[in-house]
Amino acid sequence: MSTATLDLPPAVPAESRVTYLNATYGIKSWLLTKDHKRIGLLYLATITIMFMFGGLAAFFMRLHLIEPQGALVEPETYNKLFTIHGIIMVFFFLVPSIPATLGNFCIPLMIGARDVAFPKLNLLSWYVFVTGCLLALVAIFSGGVDTGWTFYTPYSSTYSHTAVTWMAMGIFIAGFSSILTGLNFVVTIHKMRAPGMTWFRLPLFIWAMYATSIIFILGTPVIAITLFLLALERTLHVGIFDPALGGDPLLFQHMFWFYSHPAVYIMILPGMGVVSELITAFSRKKIFGYSFVAFSSIAIAVISFIVWGHHMFVTGQSIYAGLIFSVLSFLVAIPSAVKVFNWTATLYKGSISYDAPMLYALGFIGLFTMGGLTGLFLASLATDVHLNGTYFVVAHFHYIMVGGAVMAYLGGIHFWWPKITGRMYPDLWARIAAALIFLGFNLTFFPQFVMGYMGMPRRYAVYPAEFQVLNVLSSAGASILAVGYAIPLIYLFWSMRYGPIAPQNPWGAKGLEWEAAPTPPPTENFDVMPVVTEDAYNYQPLKGAHHSV
Amino acid sequence: MAAIFPIQPPAASTIAGGVDQLYYFLTGITLFFTVLIFSIIFYFMIKYRRRSPDEIPPETHAPLALELAWTLIPSAICVVIFFWASYLYVRNSRPPASSTEIFVIGKQWMWHIQHPEGPREINELHVPVNQPIQVTMTSQDVIHGFYIPAFRIKKDVLPGRYTSIWFEADKVGTYHLYCTEYCGTNHSHMIGWVYVMSQSDYAAWLAGGEQNESMSKAGEHLFSVLGCSGCHVAGGDGPPLAGMYGQSQKFADGSTHVVDDTLIRQAIIQPDSVQLPNYKNVMPTFKGQLDEEQMLQLIAYVKSLGPEERKNGQ
Repeated sequence: MSTATLDLPPAVPAESRVTYLNATYGIKSWLLTKDHKRIGLLYLATITIMFMFGGLAAFFMRLHLIEPQGALVEPETYNKLFTIHGIIMVFFFLVPSIPATLGNFCIPLMIGARDVAFPKLNLLSWYVFVTGCLLALVAIFSGGVDTGWTFYTPYSSTYSHTAVTWMAMGIFIAGFSSILTGLNFVVTIHKMRAPGMTWFRLPLFIWAMYATSIIFILGTPVIAITLFLLALERTLHVGIFDPALGGDPLLFQHMFWFYSHPAVYIMILPGMGVVSELITAFSRKKIFGYSFVAFSSIAIAVISFIVWGHHMFVTGQSIYAGLIFSVLSFLVAIPSAVKVFNWTATLYKGSISYDAPMLYALGFIGLFTMGGLTGLFLASLATDVHLNGTYFVVAHFHYIMVGGAVMAYLGGIHFWWPKITGRMYPDLWARIAAALIFLGFNLTFFPQFVMGYMGMPRRYAVYPAEFQVLNVLSSAGASILAVGYAIPLIYLFWSMRYGPIAPQNPWGAKGLEWEAAPTPPPTENFDVMPVVTEDAYNYQPLKGAHHSV
Repeated sequence: MAAIFPIQPPAASTIAGGVDQLYYFLTGITLFFTVLIFSIIFYFMIKYRRRSPDEIPPETHAPLALELAWTLIPSAICVVIFFWASYLYVRNSRPPASSTEIFVIGKQWMWHIQHPEGPREINELHVPVNQPIQVTMTSQDVIHGFYIPAFRIKKDVLPGRYTSIWFEADKVGTYHLYCTEYCGTNHSHMIGWVYVMSQSDYAAWLAGGEQNESMSKAGEHLFSVLGCSGCHVAGGDGPPLAGMYGQSQKFADGSTHVVDDTLIRQAIIQPDSVQLPNYKNVMPTFKGQLDEEQMLQLIAYVKSLGPEERKNGQ
């Protein structure tokens, strides 16, 4: 991408160079680091731990649901399991997943900067996030929370006898980490691009992170204040949401979804950005319709703020509000469709490799397509009335958040893993894991579409016997999915010490992070600051100069 | 096979067929585009697989016409779906004039059902076939969700206000009733059965069950026990209520509202908030003194005073 990169240095083993990993040693050098790359890794470790808590809760839920009368726990415990699963996965894994790890690590490298705009603020965001995580864990281990991740009032504000206030405070505090990260990214992307890195030469991952950051900054304060009000009502009995105290229970839902619908796009937009990088790198093609893909991210971010009412079609909201939110929800589907078509068309006449990150990216496109299309059932008023609150909704949003966001996250982790660690992971195992995750995922969640249409409500600890076959299929899928997630955890850890040394650009990919920065990068990212002279993903003119190492 | 691996719920209301048609259309669209995208990806994956490590593919360009096509075609499909779904929804939202009424109170963790003629049921709902029925619902505690999958209807049941839904069952049988809004520990036990009976069976069931006084009669009784009847008479301290239900009413603060269930409820709990002009603010609040069932009985009584009388309400 830059003139400085035309002759790549040979692969130098990380041990013989000074890199961000070996520049300083000791626990203190990590806990006090201002290096965006190390902070990204601190986040990676934190959210991996949180993912394991959330995953464990899901594992017990699926085990419990093998039998209609419940195989494992009392309803009270089951309610806590799905609540913990939802809260951990949404607020402490998916929301920070790609932005805080890959975003932190890659944004400065991809735009040609030495760090983010506010490195100390970046470290502070991590500490704020960890504080939020700890509060959430305190809530979990001091008896748990049983409100569902949606905290609907007045159940959460008046009736639940669980650690709701602690959990709400945990999410409240973690929210500030999102806000600070978003702020940091927006300023970084505006002010710290390398010479020649114009807006329309930015990799699409940067556009996606920019759109995500806007939602972070505009949306997160709303969830923070909503949960603060909830805690206020719980502790001081100020009447805000509980009608018995003179409040309005639907006010909570409006405020909650005003953040939480855009939050869906916080989770999926970064994934879309990652997939744009993967599809281009592993087909060696310029993205099809760059500006359409870039602007669709912004369009999604903007429209996402005015569709929240589609969560409330059956709450007694007026018919006219229903009609407006329905039409807006269809509107947000269009930019997503545009992205899917452009990714698919990027493959046309490409040079497609089947490396593990590409398998994740292709899986993402397929599963996101299904997740998006099943969203049409829920944007349609007449069918939503039947499907709302059933397993159809559960299946739909898992196709988006797991089939979409988590697949993209894993694809991105694999893609940038050599850059992060300087080591290669075992490719065969990675492909096996990607295939297992794809199969396990579909087996887990496809039956849930059928269950939902059949009428099985979500959040049921016990269920009518006629749904057992579908539930057993789903649980079987979940066990495959669990194995699929465990494999990368093992070999990625293994590769940090034993993996083969990675060349600077193992995929022959375009982008400053591959072409201009050593692998792993030094603390300052670049030995020579890059100058950008061409568009993103310009594989063409480098023919011959493209050392596959 | 269909018995152990069912893929379609029973359809037993007049609106179920229309909702299912839209559902199948959407399923068709989903299958079409999913198969399309998967096929293209697999085709490209094989046809354009990397043949040598140094391979650099030719450049392709994105024609604007193609971009516009795959923006506009999905948009057009969405417009069709939107109008179809909205047409059904709006049509399904309005109860026919011939509807009779049933009242539902949700409480942790059971469905309390009250027929205007008097019978009460717990977690069971007996209804006649081919008769539109409007369900007026409220909750005694948290938010619940009233869902009968076989009828393809659902509506949240909220504390402190009334929501309503209607259906006309068109097939005799027994169907699931679920709570679909998470409501606490035994949420998944808040289920029941809907018995759709032939008109004659239903009449026999009404006649054979416990003989309570009708809701409006019970309301009339409450009206006098609570002392309401002392003031709400011509020339009294409160307005006479006959003829008020369903009419537009001007209030002391200048606003105009239709006197409906929610407004009557508000007048009982918070009388000063719906003050009528020419009356003094002397009515005490009955907040905390009435349960939701008694509230519904009082409303049924006021309703029975007209003018918008309903068949069963008296």
